[in-house]
Amino acid sequence: MFFPISGADISPIYLVVVGFLIGIMGGFFGVGGSFIAGPALRLVGLNWNFAVGTDLAHIVGKSVVAVRQHRAFGNVDLKLGLIMAIGTIAGAEVGAQLIQVFKRAGNVNVVVSVVSIVVYLSISAFMLWESWKTLILQKKRLPQGKVKGVKSKEDHSAFGPVTRAIQRLKIWPMVSLPTSGIKEISLWLILLVAFVGGFFSGFLGGGAGYIRMPSMVYVLGIPTHLAVGTDLFEIIISASYGTFSHAVKGNVDILIALVMHTGAAIGAQIGAICTQYFAGPKIRLAFVPLPLIGAAIVIYTLFTGHKL
Amino acid sequence: MKKETARTLRAFAIELAIYALLVVAYFFLVLHFLGAWLYQLESQHRYIYASVAILLMIGQAVVLQNVTTLLLRFIRRRAR
Repeated sequence: MFFPISGADISPIYLVVVGFLIGIMGGFFGVGGSFIAGPALRLVGLNWNFAVGTDLAHIVGKSVVAVRQHRAFGNVDLKLGLIMAIGTIAGAEVGAQLIQVFKRAGNVNVVVSVVSIVVYLSISAFMLWESWKTLILQKKRLPQGKVKGVKSKEDHSAFGPVTRAIQRLKIWPMVSLPTSGIKEISLWLILLVAFVGGFFSGFLGGGAGYIRMPSMVYVLGIPTHLAVGTDLFEIIISASYGTFSHAVKGNVDILIALVMHTGAAIGAQIGAICTQYFAGPKIRLAFVPLPLIGAAIVIYTLFTGHKL
Repeated sequence: MKKETARTLRAFAIELAIYALLVVAYFFLVLHFLGAWLYQLESQHRYIYASVAILLMIGQAVVLQNVTTLLLRFIRRRAR
């Protein structure tokens, strides 16, 4: 199928299958899957600027659906989401402008490829470390019969003391987030976390939930279930802005995004149901190879210049 | 438990088949005709194209979610 906006010739079946797999991942792991979508689009010959912009458009659709579900469970802190949207939009714009700089310099594909490889490998390493540590901790705790039932579902973090120290920083203005259970936190801290996430979103595409979500939990101290819902709500605003910004710059092929999303819509449902059969750190451990696959695809296209 | 899993998988397989047919029809009826118009819009009116792109994405997301939910509910009810 020929896509006139990007001038790419891509099989719609390939796009639907990629969308379907990303949808399953979204429903199962709670991530946007840009670390697979970007490289997968790149693999069929789409330039990075189009891969980034088109993936952002695709993320908007997925987030709208996910937020509707999370809102029903009360997992969205609207105040936090709206504050974060400001920082994310600023970061996304800086990221998108940087893409333009590299596009004009003619080395956008190389630079984004290298940055994405570093980010994907870091995510895999962190997730491997975190889930492995949690599994070992659980093994140690369970035989003593101390952590069972409801208590086993509580959030335990090795970063707890660091998070509390960050929350004590008094950099005016301070804001309270009653929905998230935070009495006082610096506004600048929230904006900084949002800006970093937005930057990676604008530069590498996707919602950058792989950076923002852990930052919300470990740096801001937001409970995990609220962090997931609020992050998705905030992604709708920031990804819509990112899509608009990239579309104006000529980096969005909305037809590709629409075709991909037809697969993602059904995949997300299957992924969500699959979570009933698996749980906890094992899901996070299963997630580890996925960014590695993304990194492998980018390395392959970077060094061989081949496409499917 | 196994029976329920098998029933869920069967419901999904049927949903997937019906959904695939709907998607193919959607490709031919909607995307095929939209392609030329969107291309023209993208090359001549970037700001309108950007707004239309977001609206199309959100619209499709809401419609597809409703379609898949309805399909699944309908198939599960029939399977019982």
